[in-house]
Amino acid sequence: MTKTQSKNLRDEALLALIRKLVETPGPSGQEGLIRAAVLEEIKAHVDEVRTDALGNLIARVGTKQAGGLRVMISAHIDEIGLMVTHVDANGFARFIAIGGVSPLTCIGGRVLFMNGARGVIGCERLEPNSAPTLEKLFIDTGALSREDCPVSVGDVCGFERPFLDLGAHLVAKSMDDRVSAAVAIQALRALKKTPHEVYFVFSVQEEVGLRGATTAAYGVNPDVGLAVDVTRTGDTPRTVKMEVALDKGPAIKVRDSSFIADPRVVNWMVAAAKAAKLPYQLEVLEAGGTDGRAIQLAHAGVPAGCLSIPCRYIHSPSEMVSYADVENAVKLLVQLLSEEIKLD
Amino acid sequence: MSPMKEITQSSRKRIGKRQTELLAELCNALSVSGDEQEVREIVLREVKPFCQQVEVDAMGNVLATRIGSGQDKVQVMIAAHMDEVGFMLTQDDGDGIFGFSIVGGIDERQLVGKPVIVGREHVPGVIGAKAIHLTTPEERKTALKLEQLRIDLGPDGSGLAKVGDRAGFATRFSEIGPSIRAKALDNRLGVFNLIELLRSAPENIDLLAAFTVQEEVGLRGARVAAYHFNPQIGIAVDSTPANDLPLYDEDGENTRYNTRLDRGPAIYLMDGATIADRRLAEWLMKTAEDEGIPYQIRQPNPGGTDAGAIHKTRAGVPSISVSVPQRYCHTAAGLIRKSDWEDTLRLLSAALSRLNSKILTPLEA
Repeated sequence: MTKTQSKNLRDEALLALIRKLVETPGPSGQEGLIRAAVLEEIKAHVDEVRTDALGNLIARVGTKQAGGLRVMISAHIDEIGLMVTHVDANGFARFIAIGGVSPLTCIGGRVLFMNGARGVIGCERLEPNSAPTLEKLFIDTGALSREDCPVSVGDVCGFERPFLDLGAHLVAKSMDDRVSAAVAIQALRALKKTPHEVYFVFSVQEEVGLRGATTAAYGVNPDVGLAVDVTRTGDTPRTVKMEVALDKGPAIKVRDSSFIADPRVVNWMVAAAKAAKLPYQLEVLEAGGTDGRAIQLAHAGVPAGCLSIPCRYIHSPSEMVSYADVENAVKLLVQLLSEEIKLD
Repeated sequence: MSPMKEITQSSRKRIGKRQTELLAELCNALSVSGDEQEVREIVLREVKPFCQQVEVDAMGNVLATRIGSGQDKVQVMIAAHMDEVGFMLTQDDGDGIFGFSIVGGIDERQLVGKPVIVGREHVPGVIGAKAIHLTTPEERKTALKLEQLRIDLGPDGSGLAKVGDRAGFATRFSEIGPSIRAKALDNRLGVFNLIELLRSAPENIDLLAAFTVQEEVGLRGARVAAYHFNPQIGIAVDSTPANDLPLYDEDGENTRYNTRLDRGPAIYLMDGATIADRRLAEWLMKTAEDEGIPYQIRQPNPGGTDAGAIHKTRAGVPSISVSVPQRYCHTAAGLIRKSDWEDTLRLLSAALSRLNSKILTPLEA
């Protein structure tokens, strides 16, 4: 999509879905609301759906035909957030990160607690030229005292920032990984015919260590699996070098720091992109990991890969993706699941 | 809490002479990760009389099962690790002098001058250092590094110990008024509590007790124990640091205490290895409130318990941890309050007896 491309060429349903998912709060361990939101979107389109012991939403589409496989697609529905560790005498709440939260993106941020309370993040006085740490920060809920504070130890909040539609690019606090959940949901709905038994897993607790996908992959026991997740890009000023850029198509992961994609899965994905005439990029990510690792290590081992959505400013309140990449990721996922899978 | 409150089962006194003696025996035993034999023997002796099944698995975990008789029983795995942090002899310098490495997490600044015991025979020794007479003010500014330290067993020691032997602090268990001072309270408190829970397990549960090995080096025993038991619910019982002393070096409120003594059992909501199942957290807190048992929420912090391994086992196990708060954890001498210990036991016991499968009502999809 080019800068001049009109907004009215876009799928409004997909945009509405992304907006709904990114604006639903759900830090790791608190995925009840987002799970309900996803279920509402998929329940009319699935053959079976259940929630496992850790809270993963697992939906099956199709039954295994001749030449079909049991395929697991995993998009995580949790997001990074904060948990209160102490409320001081003046009502300021100290906190710890849930997942990878940078203190730099916290300051001045606004948070929404799962109990409905709101607050802003302030910082202690810093030594000159020193970077803040999370220990220096606190949440101000507007409370006057500890007794008055609407939150206490253990309360959880997410960052609060509305969805922003910039036309070619979309911005939100939790594109990681709600945009992938949207891709999975769209693919699930669009998948008219498949020889496979496809398990769409909307996994929990990815941001704290791929925990949901670990148990989901054990429960599903797939023949092949894909994570759908965001990946970083190298297309912003003076950033870390990386081949992936926005608007060049979904990325097919070759490797990240916790996972080497099965080369047969990479080949299958590349062939599918070519067959459907879709743009794609090959991704080598220096630091990071996805549910792909958890799937790969389940049971006696599973061929696994990852379909990545290029994303700028990951784990900031303003994560940016390309609308065209998202749409092409949906098409690629549908293509991948519609045909027999040859791993060679 | 009303002073007129009836004496319920959970408010009966639970810690007496017998209990304290058993905890002392457990703490004084040496059971460094990977060589838990001494504590394992005590556990086997204690639990065999009232368990239908007791086995030692391939890694050395004691897996003890007490089957309930009620309808709609819940399979609850409770894990308490038997191992403790300590040392391993790595280098024989002759004359009973040994280089060593640390097993598990110990701050090496804690080591100088500590009496130790080595091996299953508890050979006495000391982690020595140059006397202050001979040190310079400059030398005294930096802590000695592990490589500079040795365990000294005396000239007869060479024949009594060998490379690979475990060693631990020599501290003997003692009661100090309302407190207990001992080594390895992390996690002999958990081991003791689990033995007691087995002794009086309610009939509405199958209690799957795992006395685990190698927790201090990465929750290794619990992982295979949970795989074996495949439970519906997992609970780790452990001990967690209380960093609750006043701030000596700055003004203001201590906001990072983890837990505090005298405030009862510490219920976990999140640590570095686990996000606790909120249904289980509610169940424990409700039990405490109904029974008038004090409790505290452990500050969400790094660190981990066996729950970190249990909850990720197979297709997932809703899990939580409950710990006795302890000052000076992972040093030569920890300090706890007997009341916190007793309240932890009361809470666990009361919670188990009111457990039913409704607590596992499927998560709202």
